[in-house]
Amino acid sequence: MLDHKKVGISDREYGLIKQILKREPNDIELLLYSAMWSEHCGYKHSKRLLKKLPGGSSGENAGFVKIEDNFIVFKVESHNHPSAVEPFQGAATGIGGIIRDIIAMGARPIALADSLWFGPIEDSQSRHIFEGVVRGISSYGNSIGVPTVAGEVHFDESYKTNPLVNVLALGVCKELKSAKAKGVGNSFVLVGSKTGRDGIHGAAFASRELSDDTDSDRPSVQVGDPFSEKELIEATLEIIRLPQVIAVQDLGAAGLLSSTSEMVSKGNLGAVLYLDRVPLREKDMKPEEIILSESQERMMFLVEKGKENEVIEIAKKHLLDASIVGETTADKNYKLIWKDEVVANVPVESLGEAPDFYRKVEKADYVEKLKRLKIPKINKPVSEILKKLFSSPEIASKKWVYRQYDHTVQTNTVILPGEADSAIMWIKNSKKGIGLTIDGNGRYVYLDPFEGSKNVVFEAARNLVATGCKPLGITDCMNFGNPEKDDVFWQFEQSILGISEACNSLKIPVTGGNVSFYNESTSGRAIYPTPVIGMVGVIEDVSKALTMSFKNTADYVYLVGRTSIRERNIGGSLYLKLLENFVGGSIDTVDTEYELKLQNFILKMIDSGVLNSAHDVSDGGLLTSICECCISGNKGIDLFFTENIEELFGEVQSRFVITVKPEFTEIFEAMAKKENIEYLHLGFVRSDFRLFLNDKEIIDFGSIKSLYDSTLNRWMEEEF
Amino acid sequence: MNSIRACVIVFPGTNCDRDTHFALSKIMDIPTDFVWHDFDEVLDYDIVVLPGGFSYGDYIRTGVFARFSPVMKSVEKYVLEERGLIIGICNGFQILTEAGLLPGALTRNTSTRFICDTVEINVENFQTPFTRSVTKKNLKLPIAHSDGNYRISEKELEKLKAQNRIVFRYVENPNGSVEDIAGVCSENFRILGMMPHPERAACSVLRNTDGVEIFKSMVDYLRSEKIARS
Repeated sequence: MLDHKKVGISDREYGLIKQILKREPNDIELLLYSAMWSEHCGYKHSKRLLKKLPGGSSGENAGFVKIEDNFIVFKVESHNHPSAVEPFQGAATGIGGIIRDIIAMGARPIALADSLWFGPIEDSQSRHIFEGVVRGISSYGNSIGVPTVAGEVHFDESYKTNPLVNVLALGVCKELKSAKAKGVGNSFVLVGSKTGRDGIHGAAFASRELSDDTDSDRPSVQVGDPFSEKELIEATLEIIRLPQVIAVQDLGAAGLLSSTSEMVSKGNLGAVLYLDRVPLREKDMKPEEIILSESQERMMFLVEKGKENEVIEIAKKHLLDASIVGETTADKNYKLIWKDEVVANVPVESLGEAPDFYRKVEKADYVEKLKRLKIPKINKPVSEILKKLFSSPEIASKKWVYRQYDHTVQTNTVILPGEADSAIMWIKNSKKGIGLTIDGNGRYVYLDPFEGSKNVVFEAARNLVATGCKPLGITDCMNFGNPEKDDVFWQFEQSILGISEACNSLKIPVTGGNVSFYNESTSGRAIYPTPVIGMVGVIEDVSKALTMSFKNTADYVYLVGRTSIRERNIGGSLYLKLLENFVGGSIDTVDTEYELKLQNFILKMIDSGVLNSAHDVSDGGLLTSICECCISGNKGIDLFFTENIEELFGEVQSRFVITVKPEFTEIFEAMAKKENIEYLHLGFVRSDFRLFLNDKEIIDFGSIKSLYDSTLNRWMEEEF
Repeated sequence: MNSIRACVIVFPGTNCDRDTHFALSKIMDIPTDFVWHDFDEVLDYDIVVLPGGFSYGDYIRTGVFARFSPVMKSVEKYVLEERGLIIGICNGFQILTEAGLLPGALTRNTSTRFICDTVEINVENFQTPFTRSVTKKNLKLPIAHSDGNYRISEKELEKLKAQNRIVFRYVENPNGSVEDIAGVCSENFRILGMMPHPERAACSVLRNTDGVEIFKSMVDYLRSEKIARS
C-alpha cells in the first residue's frame, strides 16, 4: 500500500478521496488523484483567483482572439523546474508542449516567443543553465520550423538555481477544434511517439519538492524529439480535417490520464482505457507508469467508432505510431483496464475537482519596509552610468540569443528581433499583421504586486503600440514561490487583481495562461513574484509597422507621455539595481485614463505616417531608450534636457521616445495639444554616432555600441 | 510562351516547403506542386527545389537519410536526362552533397551554434542559369543553419574554381566555409546548392526581395532555353 503523503496527497485530501469512492483507493487510483490534484494540474491554490481574470478561459487547450475570420490562438506556459534540472531538455520539451496546445486547437503554429530569467551571468551555474536553455529552444524550435520571433532575457540573483523558462506559442486557423468528447462508444486514438517511462510524476514534480527517494528515480524531466513533433504537427493538422474526428487533446502533464479524463469530463461522459494497447518504448512498464507517463510528442483524437483507419493511415504516412486505446462510455466513470483486469475505476469529474486551497491572507510586511527605503543618490558622470548599463546583460543586445533561433522561417516575420518593441507577423493573403510581445518585471511586482503587475500589462501594451499594433488580448504565466507561504499567496492574489484591472481598462481579455508555483531557490527563498504577460495585437496595414531606430538626420526627437518623473516614484528602476544593488522605494503607477489616451494617440500618429520611429521607455529609463534608438539606427543625438540622473535614468510609466520628420512637427504638436497629450521636444537626430547633452559631448556611441554588442558574447563565448 | 512548372520536394522534417511554394507560386507566378519523398516516377518539371529544413530531424548527419528516399532516384534520373534546373537550399544543398550531385560537404558551423541572420553574398558568376538576371553585385539573404561550413578537397576546389562553379561567396563568412563559399553549381550548371534562403527574401512585405533575382534568373533561362529548343 502506498503512503498517500509520499505521493503528495494530504490527510484531508485522502479523506476526500475515500468519501468520493466510498472505499479506500487502490494504489493506482491514489496515483491518479495525486497527479490530477497536483497544483500543476489541479490549480488548487489558484483556481478561485484565476476566475477573477476578465475574459476567462475557454476551457480549451489555448485561448484566442480574432482578426477578421482568423482565429489567433496563443498561450504561454512555464517549464521552470525541468529547465533547472536539465536546461537543454527542459526548455526543448517546453516548446514541444506549448506547440501541441496550439495544434490541439486546430491552428498551425506560426510563432514562438520566450521569457527567460536566470541568475547573475557572473555565476557559472547560471551561465550553464542559460546556455542549455537557449540551445534547447534553438534545437527544438528551429527543427519544427516555427520561428522564435520575440522574447526577453533577464538576469537577477532572485532566479539563481530557479530559472524561469516561459514559452509562448501562437497559431492561426479559420476553424477551431475542441477537446470536448461527444457520443458514447467512440474511439480514443493515440497518435505520436511510443510511451516510455520518462516524465512520470512530472506534474507532481512541478508542484512541490519530491520525496527523498527521487534521486534514485528516473528523472522527472522528459526528453524531446523535434522530428516527431514536426511530423505530429503535420499529421494533426491533416487528421483534424477528417469529419469523423470529434475532439482533439494534446498529452501534457499527467499524460494519457489528464488528456482523456479532461476530454470526457467536458463532454459529461466516462471513459475506459485499455493500457495494454498503448504502444510502448520500454519493456515491463506497469499500468500506472503507462497512464502517468509524460513521454513527449503524443496527441489524442476522439474518432467515430469504425472510422479510425483513415486517422491511423495519416499517422503512418508521417512515420508516427497510432492505436485505438479506449472509448467513451455513458457511466461517467474513468476506468482503466490492464490485461483484462480493471485496475482503477473512479468518477471522472472527481479527478478534475481538486480541492480549493484559497485562503485569506494579510498584506506582506516587507512591502511597506521596502517602500520607505530612501532612493540612493548617484553621483557619477552620465557617461560612466551609460557604460555600466550597456555592459550589463540586462540592457546589452540579445543578439547572441536570437541569432541561435530561426526567426525567419515561414516567411511571415515583418519585424525581426531587436528591431522594435514587439514582433509583427504578416497574415498572408491580407494586409494585416499580428503583433506579439512577452514581458515581465520581477522587481516592480516584488515592490508592489498590484501596481507592478498592472505596469507589466501596460508595458506589454506599449510594446505593441510602439510598432503600430492595437492590443487584442493577453496570456499570462504566473511564476511565484510556494503558495503555502502567506507572503507568496498575497503576492499572487494582488498580482491577479492588478492584471485584471489593467486588462479591464484596456478592454482586452486574458484568454488563458499558466500558473507556476514553488519557484524557490535551494535555500528556500522565493523568486521575485514574476507574472509574465504575452500580448497579441493587430496592425491593419503591415507596411506601416514601425521600428525603434532613429532614421533621418535632423528628425525631431520627442518624449511623449509623462515628461518628468515628478514624485520620485522611481523605485524598482534598473539603474538603481545595477549601480547600487538597490531594490526599494515606491514604483511609479499608471494613470489608466491617461495611459489609454496616450496609447491611442501614438497609434493614430503611426497610422497617419507622422512618426519615423517609436520606442517605449522602460528598463534603464529615458536616456537608455534614446541610446537604444541611436544604436539601432546608427545615428547620434543632440539632446536638450536636464542633467539630473533621476530624470535621465529613473523609470516611470506611460512614455515613448519618438521621432518626427521636420515637416510634420507642426501637425504632431497640434494633434498632441488637441488630445491633451504631454510632449517634450528633446532634440534632433545627428548624422554622426555621438551623444550631445546641452551642447556638451557625453559619449561617442561607438564605445557604448561595442559594449552593447559584445557583452553576452564575451560572457558566453570566452572562458571564465 | 511555354509555361514553366516547378515542384518542391517534401521529406519528413522539411520545414521550408511551404515558404518555397509560396515564393514560386504566389510571387513568381509559377505553377508549383509539392512532391512527397516516396514519389518514384518521372519528375516532369522545369524546376525542382530541394527546400530547407531538418529532413529526418538532421539525425546522425544532415541529409544522410533523405539522400536514400525514393524521390532521390527520380532526381538522379532528372539530372542524367538534363530535364531542367535543380536548386537545393540549405538542407536541400546538404542533401545534394550527400547524394554526390554536388561536390563537397556541409559541416558544423565553426561556432557550433545555429546561426540565423541576414548576410551579404557576392555573386561570383553571373553567367549561370541561377544568376544571369541578377542586377546587383551582391545580394542580402537570410541564413538559418547549424551546418553550413562548406568543406571540399583541395583538388575538387581547384576544379570548381577552374570551371567557375563557385556561384556565391559570403562577404563576411558566418560559418567557416572554405573560401567563403555560400553556393556552388554542378559541372553543367544545372544544379545549384546554396545555404542562404532566397525564398525568405522574395516579398516586399518582408522588406527584402533580393531572393527574387535568383528565381527570376531561373525563369529567364528556362524560357530562353525553351525558345531555343522549339
